[in-house]
Amino acid sequence: MSVLIFVEISEGKAKPSSLEAVGYGAKVAEQLNVQANALVLGEIDQSELENLGGYGATKVLHVNDARLNKGIIQAFANSLGQAVEKENAQVVVLAKSSLGDAVAARVAGRLKAGLTSNVVELPDTSNGFRVKRSIYTGKAFANTDVTSEKKILAIKKNIFQVEPTEAKANVEAFEPNLAEADFGVNITNTEKAATDGVPLPEADLVVSGGRGLKGPENWGLVEELATILGAATGCSKPVSDLHWRPHHEHVGQTGVKVSPNLYVAIGISGAIQHLAGVNSSKCIVVINKDPEAPFFQAADYGIVGDAFEVVPKLIEAAKAKL
Amino acid sequence: MKILVCITHVPDTTTKIKFNDSNTELDATGVQFVTGPYDDYALSRSMELKEQLNATVTVLNVGTAETEPTIRKALALGADDAIRINAEPTDTYFVAQQIAHVCKENNYDLILMGRESIDFNGGQVHGIVGEILGIPSLSPIMQLDIEDNVAKMVREIEGGKEHLEASLPLILGCQEPIAEWKIPNMRGIMSARSKPLNVVEPVDPEKLTQVEQYELPAPKGECQMIAPEEVEKLIDLLKNEAKVL
Ligand SMILES: Cc1cc2nc3c(=O)[nH]c(=O)nc-3n(C[C@H](O)[C@H](O)[C@H](O)COP(=O)(O)OP(=O)(O)OC[C@H]3O[C@@H](n4cnc5c(N)ncnc54)[C@H](O)[C@@H]3O)c2cc1C
Ligand SMILES: Nc1ncnc2c1ncn2[C@@H]1O[C@H](COP(=O)(O)O)[C@@H](O)[C@H]1O
Repeated sequence: MSVLIFVEISEGKAKPSSLEAVGYGAKVAEQLNVQANALVLGEIDQSELENLGGYGATKVLHVNDARLNKGIIQAFANSLGQAVEKENAQVVVLAKSSLGDAVAARVAGRLKAGLTSNVVELPDTSNGFRVKRSIYTGKAFANTDVTSEKKILAIKKNIFQVEPTEAKANVEAFEPNLAEADFGVNITNTEKAATDGVPLPEADLVVSGGRGLKGPENWGLVEELATILGAATGCSKPVSDLHWRPHHEHVGQTGVKVSPNLYVAIGISGAIQHLAGVNSSKCIVVINKDPEAPFFQAADYGIVGDAFEVVPKLIEAAKAKL
Repeated sequence: MKILVCITHVPDTTTKIKFNDSNTELDATGVQFVTGPYDDYALSRSMELKEQLNATVTVLNVGTAETEPTIRKALALGADDAIRINAEPTDTYFVAQQIAHVCKENNYDLILMGRESIDFNGGQVHGIVGEILGIPSLSPIMQLDIEDNVAKMVREIEGGKEHLEASLPLILGCQEPIAEWKIPNMRGIMSARSKPLNVVEPVDPEKLTQVEQYELPAPKGECQMIAPEEVEKLIDLLKNEAKVL
């Protein structure tokens, strides 16, 4: 028996959300008195693999196969499914993402494993296996019993703190059986936004703008504040519908769900569908010229004022103090 | 060309969620139920493909009789017929089993779903069905074109997009901007009444998860207001009080 954590790679490094998943998985393993192992797919430096030991993985299975440098869902799911069987893992942990979600679902189908998504706490293993997950896009939680023998937990970002140690994991090569059909979907091109910043779903800090900013020409304000804070940029749905900003920055019910430590909303009214994407942020700052804007009810700190006056001052203050 | 669109029947996005006294069930008083917004994208795109490719579109819902107005709305948009599997959709694996069973009997070329349901937000049903049927499942798909049985798609990934190509059959979880949401017209509404809506009983009752209790988030504390003349205070508060900078 063991816990297996699926680790995603981006730009040659384990994603921060996956490191959190390793820490979380190691803690679940401790609760169950079993070993925590990780699975990494595709080419990557040996040192990156060993460093997963610092987050709690005892062993890292590595599939050193260049075909897996791209996230091909079926091939990934098949590799993970076979790793679960080989390690006799009873619990699989992974971070929610566009790849992780798709892979987890297929593995759940293959192994007949109960899959809970948007998990926000460690499971209660005192009597059975109970998981707390966020539902109704963050408006409620469901405490859910997982009754299948194998269980998969897809965790929400920023729910578990892990302090890495110097420990190193044992790296073991793993060669799953992959068929041609697993590569039946062809990725013909990948477009990544040309930013050196953090992608929105992974960000610890987010600065977001709404229709109150009047037009794309004013986004310099949002970007400058974000750069000084080291934050990612987001926006409301109308802003991406109007093509002021790319679609992948759109936050909310029908867009990206974020759970950063800090979410700064500038010129966003706070419609319920927007709040659904940000309601698990640790701290929310709202800047809006309308004191009645609903967003203030969800905020920790608020400034009633014109964004074009307040934000430049905030940028100056941040430059002086950070 | 046969298309299946799987739709959910969920509380409208503006709903204030509440539960019964024992926190074991949604309190549905005053709640308006709608087609899941992502399912609406799938349905809207299926209507465009129906025109282009001369396809037939079947809609499918796993749910109790209360979901029928939502199914009729899909028929009013232009779907040809509908299937309702008569069961409470309380477990994802159970729902996926039901959908997979219908697919095995009907050989659809394309199965469109929403990226996720907005009640349980699992984003799982498409993947589980794909695995059971042994065909590719891809999500979230923001663009879809079909030519000669090959689908060209755009999938959203963190901070960008991926362009994909695959042969049918496929299962796709859809999101915007794959199509504009459509509204049924009067003629559609009239003809929907006489379109077939077949009710079938579930095949395999097995469930792998069970919600024991619902919970609402702790109420948010007061918002601390900062005067616009004193914005520099905000930086201090974020650093020293909230400790997020
Ligand atoms: C099914 C469905 C799903 C949806 N999903 C989403 C979603 O995922 N994400 C999302 O964001 N929306 C979503 N929406 C839309 C949502 O209902 C709102 O329409 C949207 O969030 C409003 O965006 P906004 O706040 O930028 O614009 P507005 O509502 O126009 O608000 C602009 C705000 O800016 C303020 N303002 C104006 N000028 C200034 C200034 N100079 N300085 C400071 N403040 C100023 C105004 O007071 C106002 O509060 C969805 C809607 C539906 C029906
Ligand atoms: N009860 C259901 N009946 C029909 N389709 C469903 C049902 N539940 C989920 N789906 C489909 O599966 C998609 C993903 O749902 P989920 O995995 O629950 O987030 C939805 O957008 C629907 O297209």
